[in-house]
Amino acid sequence: MGKGTAERVAPAPLVATSRQRRLISGDDVFRAVAFAAAALILVIAAIFVVALIVPALPAIARFGLGFFIGRTWDPVRTQFGALSAIYGTAVTSVIGLLIAFPIGLAAALFLAEESGVRLLRGPLSFAIELLAGIPSVVIGLFAFFILTPLMRDDVDPFLNHTLGFLPLFQGSPSGYGYLTAGLVLAIMVLPIMTALSRDVIRAVPRALREASLALGATNAETIWSVILPYARVGITGAALLSLGRALGETIAVTMVIGNRNEISASLFASGYTLPSVIANEFTEAVGNVYLGSLFYLGLVLVLITIAVNVLARLLVWRFTGSEPMAT
Amino acid sequence: MSRPLVRIFLDRLVAALIALCVMVAAIPVLVLLLFVVIKGLPGLLTPGFFTDPPHPQGVPGGGVLNAIIGTLEIVGMASLLAVPIGALIGVFLSEYGRNRLGDTVRFISDVLTGLPSIAFGIFGYTVVVLTTHHFSAISASVALAVLMLPVILRATESALMLVPQALREAGLALGAPSWRVTVEIVVPGETAPLLFTAFGNEIVQSNPLQPMGALALTVFRNALSPYQNLQDQAWAAALLLVLLVASANILARLYVRRIQR
Repeated sequence: MGKGTAERVAPAPLVATSRQRRLISGDDVFRAVAFAAAALILVIAAIFVVALIVPALPAIARFGLGFFIGRTWDPVRTQFGALSAIYGTAVTSVIGLLIAFPIGLAAALFLAEESGVRLLRGPLSFAIELLAGIPSVVIGLFAFFILTPLMRDDVDPFLNHTLGFLPLFQGSPSGYGYLTAGLVLAIMVLPIMTALSRDVIRAVPRALREASLALGATNAETIWSVILPYARVGITGAALLSLGRALGETIAVTMVIGNRNEISASLFASGYTLPSVIANEFTEAVGNVYLGSLFYLGLVLVLITIAVNVLARLLVWRFTGSEPMAT
Repeated sequence: MSRPLVRIFLDRLVAALIALCVMVAAIPVLVLLLFVVIKGLPGLLTPGFFTDPPHPQGVPGGGVLNAIIGTLEIVGMASLLAVPIGALIGVFLSEYGRNRLGDTVRFISDVLTGLPSIAFGIFGYTVVVLTTHHFSAISASVALAVLMLPVILRATESALMLVPQALREAGLALGAPSWRVTVEIVVPGETAPLLFTAFGNEIVQSNPLQPMGALALTVFRNALSPYQNLQDQAWAAALLLVLLVASANILARLYVRRIQR
């Protein structure tokens, strides 16, 4: 019997080798195609860099680095500077993050904790996911028609009344401006902040959490002295990634920022952000220098965003040991 | 640690604060959806909304047919470009990507993920409009395709990582078309909602750098117009966008459930 099996098995390697030969050649083609696709993204990246820099060249040649500190934006005299747009971008993004950070972190703690109200977890996850999927322009529409009157008639006067001694809350509210735009950004980055912090908090070793609870610490004490310190770096990364998202948000902000090239201390004042200048003036820009200045703004925006994102990814990566996917 | 009452009180306080924040987080979504449905539904149900092109101002009626077709065109073309290429790059990363080239590709894809959508608009404009000297839907599609690329390739990579080595080798041995294998493996799992969130954004991210009559642009322009009927149409178009995104999401979930069974 043993002999018979051996005879029956014997031809098998021959068949396998002939199949293997075909498999190897097929694999080579496949491999070549995959490598070509990978090379393609390098080409795309190179074209991307060129596509961002070349149309900005007329403005770069004209204004140089002085563009960053120029406050005028005057199409008539073709004099352009990015400072007020940079200021508006920074102010609105910081407001957005200041609001979204604590709320998102709390929601993340709620979603990541094993104890607590299980019943609410599903609906909350769903709501956050839904919010992430809602188109930017729809949030802009909502903000434009619903949020701005609310800000003008209720929220801004209230802030002016209670905190009006600060320059931040002085002036007459129109409903459009830094504060409303910041609030819109808070709504828009909340899902990212929540999802990323949840992943980071989930990466805190269970043993640490249980050890703290076993020692008699309450849930709150465990969060404060074990989970948050351990996850600090990762949470910082999550906040930076949210900031990166806020910096580039275009349509919704354009609809409520007021679109005026000015720098004002008051958060009620109208302003401009880098992407909203581009979106707003692109169709009406004439001449190489005007158009080039818009592309120069785009370049500034991209550089700032890349810097923030790379820093954020380094932090999150160092913490969880894997790349953040949920962005 | 010696004052139990204070500690218990603090614990409850923190729990209450967290619950409060959770509610605050959920409120914007609910209010927003409520308004979009209430203000958008009448317009959506108006006869001709889906089937008529926009009428000139002053002529009653008119729909968003152009915008719907434009959106489908842009998203369709962008997907045709991005899905096969993105899936192939994902295959490269998971099968041959443990080297410097793979790391470079991952880095580039991460940088692309973080870029603002308007940067992609500029890319589409420069690459297509400046070289062909006229505006076209292609520029929007090219911009969207590059925007989608990082999501597709990372989703493909992480999905393939989960595939057992034996299955992977069997798949290769069978010589199945790589993009079909990947697409069928990509969709299930955690990555599907992500992918469809991205798709939702594609339907939407048409920015004013793109002169196509896409739905998002309709919402943007009509909202800023002074005419009541155009503003109503903006709400209706917004509702349509939300419904499109939601149905893509639900389809993805149903598909995932079917695969996992």
